[in-house]
Amino acid sequence: MNKPKAEKQNREPDTDVVNKNINLEIKLLLEAIYQKYGYDFRNYGQAHIKRRVLHRLSGSNLKNISELIHEVIYNDSFIKLILEDLSITVTEMFRDPTFYKRLREEIIPLLKTYPYLKIWHAGCSTGQEVYSMAIILKEEKLFERTQIYATDFNQLALKKAREGIYPIDKIKEYTRNYQRAGGKNAFSDYYTAKYESVILDSSLKKNIVFAEHNLVTDNVFAEVNLVICRNVLIYFNKELQERVLSLFEQSLMPGGYLCLGSKESLRFSSAYKHFQEIDDKEKIYKKNFYLR
Amino acid sequence: MEYSAIVIGASAGGLNALKTILTGLDAEFSIPLLVTQHISAHSDNYMTVHLNSLCKMTVKEADEKEKIEKGKAYFAPPNFHMLVEEDYSISLSVEDKVNYARPSIDIMFETAAFAYGNRLIGIILTGANNDGAKGLKTIKEHGGLTIVQDPTTAEVDTMPRSAIDLFRPHYVLKLESIAELLNEINRKNKYRDPRIH
Repeated sequence: MNKPKAEKQNREPDTDVVNKNINLEIKLLLEAIYQKYGYDFRNYGQAHIKRRVLHRLSGSNLKNISELIHEVIYNDSFIKLILEDLSITVTEMFRDPTFYKRLREEIIPLLKTYPYLKIWHAGCSTGQEVYSMAIILKEEKLFERTQIYATDFNQLALKKAREGIYPIDKIKEYTRNYQRAGGKNAFSDYYTAKYESVILDSSLKKNIVFAEHNLVTDNVFAEVNLVICRNVLIYFNKELQERVLSLFEQSLMPGGYLCLGSKESLRFSSAYKHFQEIDDKEKIYKKNFYLR
Repeated sequence: MEYSAIVIGASAGGLNALKTILTGLDAEFSIPLLVTQHISAHSDNYMTVHLNSLCKMTVKEADEKEKIEKGKAYFAPPNFHMLVEEDYSISLSVEDKVNYARPSIDIMFETAAFAYGNRLIGIILTGANNDGAKGLKTIKEHGGLTIVQDPTTAEVDTMPRSAIDLFRPHYVLKLESIAELLNEINRKNKYRDPRIH
């Protein structure tokens, strides 16, 4: 039974050393990206970063991550590829329809009591969820007195968000989501199909400001009634989650709402004491009027 | 040699296969299980609730940043990839589908191989695509133990066959034997298998 032990033990340090070297190189890579370009991935979840970096490496003709660091420092166009690798831009209109239904039915009626409304959509990526919000506000006759700030650190994603043009093959899914989210009209009222794309109705853009903002390095820029940040925090480590949740807390007016992704929670953060849970499943929280 | 975690990938036919393995484990089974079962993006938590009611170990949908604990089985939530961090916690991701799947088995296998190295057991079960084959090979390359369900006993044999076509796993077994093997490994704290090369 004990025979192959020696062989196995010889191998163990190898993969172990290789793995440690990779982890060291990734640390240096993230430091280089931060020092040179200001994008800070140092407190992102490690497994995600490592996977994406190794995939970029295997698709290149570079020998190791150290060579990749060289490219990042000396080749300005290479950094764009890395940024695309490390940021997740996957989103859809009315993603998680039950959330939008709940928002429309429970939160919007309360927001209607305000004369003027400010919403911050943090980490808006290519904008689909921002326009989903605009549609709901329009149907609830609230859009005219709302200002939406939609922010992301990814300039390419923001550009797409500003354009509001999406591939036509997604529209079936978007339409189904819209209906399940309690949409009141025909979803086709909100877009024009052209060749392989749909162009969203430009009136939806009217009260949206798309702007660059990095949750990791930037600060509070407005006081708002509603913060939406869904499926962004899952990429951050605990420390960074703390920072960002506290940023949201500071950005919210008393009585304002915070909406997170279905698998994200406020519960284990220090910001939790400032909020009450409105919907545990859809992750909707309300900021207290005073400290409890 | 102690194994610290078991990762299992399953697709079409997976619920029955997982039921057979999980209910076949000893009451004192303690090695944590991480399971990626392909599932519709809009499904509820029926599967984990159902399996939890049948099994001795705690079966639950994984939460993000959750610490991986002994005696528990964690399932990837619908529409999220499940990743293993090197501090033995769970991360979730909504990035693009891999092998047409979210959750993807390859992502879980690959990150678990980095985290656990040779203290990992990887298992591929029934399924109608080739997700998991590459990841299982990665587990073997990191010194982990690899098991594939015998394709002739699988409800859908594509997934086990894809793995066997790609590389030579340590074991090809029917479900009952997989459960027996896992029990045996769990019982012997310092398990060694002569067939590992």
